[in-house]
Amino acid sequence: MPLPTLFLGIAGFAGKTLTIAELEVRKLRHEPIELFSRAVQPALWLVIFGQVFTRVPGIPTGGLPYISFLTPGILAQSVLFIAIFYGIAIIWERDLGITYKFLASPTPREALVLGKALSAGLRGLVQAVIIYALAALLGVALSLDPLHLLGVVAAVLLGATVFSTFSLIIAALVKTREAFMGVSQVLIFPLFFASNAIYPVALMPPWLQVISRLNPLSYQVDALRALMLVGGTSSYGLAVDYAVLSAVSAVLVFYGGRLYPRVAV
Amino acid sequence: MAILEAWSLTRRFGELVAVDAFTVAVQAGEVFGLVGPNGAGKTTVIKMLVTLLEPSSGTAQVAGYDIVGQAAQVRRVIGYVPQALSADATLTGYENLLIFAKLYDIPRAERDQRIRSALDFMGLRESAHKLVRTYSGGMIRRLEIAQSMLHRPPVLFLDEPTVGLDPVARQSVWARIGEMRRDYGTTILLTTHYMEEADSLCSRVAIMHLGRIVALGAPAELKAGVGEGATLDDVFVHHTGGEVEAGGGYREAERARRTSRRLG
Repeated sequence: MPLPTLFLGIAGFAGKTLTIAELEVRKLRHEPIELFSRAVQPALWLVIFGQVFTRVPGIPTGGLPYISFLTPGILAQSVLFIAIFYGIAIIWERDLGITYKFLASPTPREALVLGKALSAGLRGLVQAVIIYALAALLGVALSLDPLHLLGVVAAVLLGATVFSTFSLIIAALVKTREAFMGVSQVLIFPLFFASNAIYPVALMPPWLQVISRLNPLSYQVDALRALMLVGGTSSYGLAVDYAVLSAVSAVLVFYGGRLYPRVAV
Repeated sequence: MAILEAWSLTRRFGELVAVDAFTVAVQAGEVFGLVGPNGAGKTTVIKMLVTLLEPSSGTAQVAGYDIVGQAAQVRRVIGYVPQALSADATLTGYENLLIFAKLYDIPRAERDQRIRSALDFMGLRESAHKLVRTYSGGMIRRLEIAQSMLHRPPVLFLDEPTVGLDPVARQSVWARIGEMRRDYGTTILLTTHYMEEADSLCSRVAIMHLGRIVALGAPAELKAGVGEGATLDDVFVHHTGGEVEAGGGYREAERARRTSRRLG
């Protein structure tokens, strides 16, 4: 393919992706209340769970106060909970008839999927702002280095892409709201608890440590923990974190694009 | 010249043959109607032609492009209004059009002009910046047709465009369909189970029953074939033996009811 054609193709794809994300942002602008109701859950985790567990001695947090250790985990959890229910929105849009028109338009399927993922990421970033504010109030020492903040934005967007696209794939496979709710309820707690989000992996029995290493959420939390906190460190290495999240995102978006049309059948 | 041709288009769902050897040639500029009860296979035909569903066998071409091998090209030259309500109720009418103007690559410089003229044409100018949630059923349908026409497609597919609408709203949708054909020469393929709709709008109709075309021709021809003073309803009963309760099923009934409820 000649270079200009390739460039136009990429620009076109990016344009379509942004249009789908724009659609979701416009919806949120008409109904912003959802953004704030979503913030209640992470606030409860930080204020109640965090305050109690701060009193438990001997959690190997690598020298951090427990509430600081917990903060990146709660941001990741908040993004996970937003993203994992994206599939239900897909089924809802199919039932309304909206999906059919998008699928019959010349929009690449991967752009439809990635646009949804991007909008999940934007919702996640709103949560990040709220969580930063709450954590600051709770006395967490947050890093405001611009490069660190940029890394947090990337980790939130990638995590949202992984889990919203995963959710979309489940929706495309099970097709009904009832089945989707069943499957996502079964998945969400293992994803959350079999990760390093609320306790160090070192506390886990060996078999659970293995599972947590296979869980993309762990890599998102690891990156967030290194970048959000003053004195935060990465256990796996930031390069590994972003490589894993990017690779999983790419694979899921590819398959999501393949499977998405099935929702409409 | 045939702008849409189907050859033995067939779709099976397990044991069920939803569409059985559907063969037609639709001429450019025609308003072609697919008529039949729920479950006759009309929507399945449309879904195959707009590339949402692959045929089990047979093939079709739209504006010269193969619906399976050249699906991406087909999507550029068609407009499609699904049976269920497809406008986004949580956006304004203008935003609904804007998103589709972008998805169809309408150049930035022309976008606003194109959207405004579509809103004017469909009589929606005053409501452009209100949320679609506040629209009446007829307004939503007109908005959806405007959406599907923004890129001036040569072929337009309308699946049950007037289901659930009151008579006044139905008249207004019919009037716009007629104007579109006149002003833009758009070829229109629509499905309906209202015989009077097919009679007044369509140059030709195909009557479908249990997945097959049982009669095809101009409404006047079909009526004359059955007897003096016959209506299209009589033609339908003549060809199907009066088994109007052919199918549909719970899910389809649920969807149709929900659509009519949202249309108010």
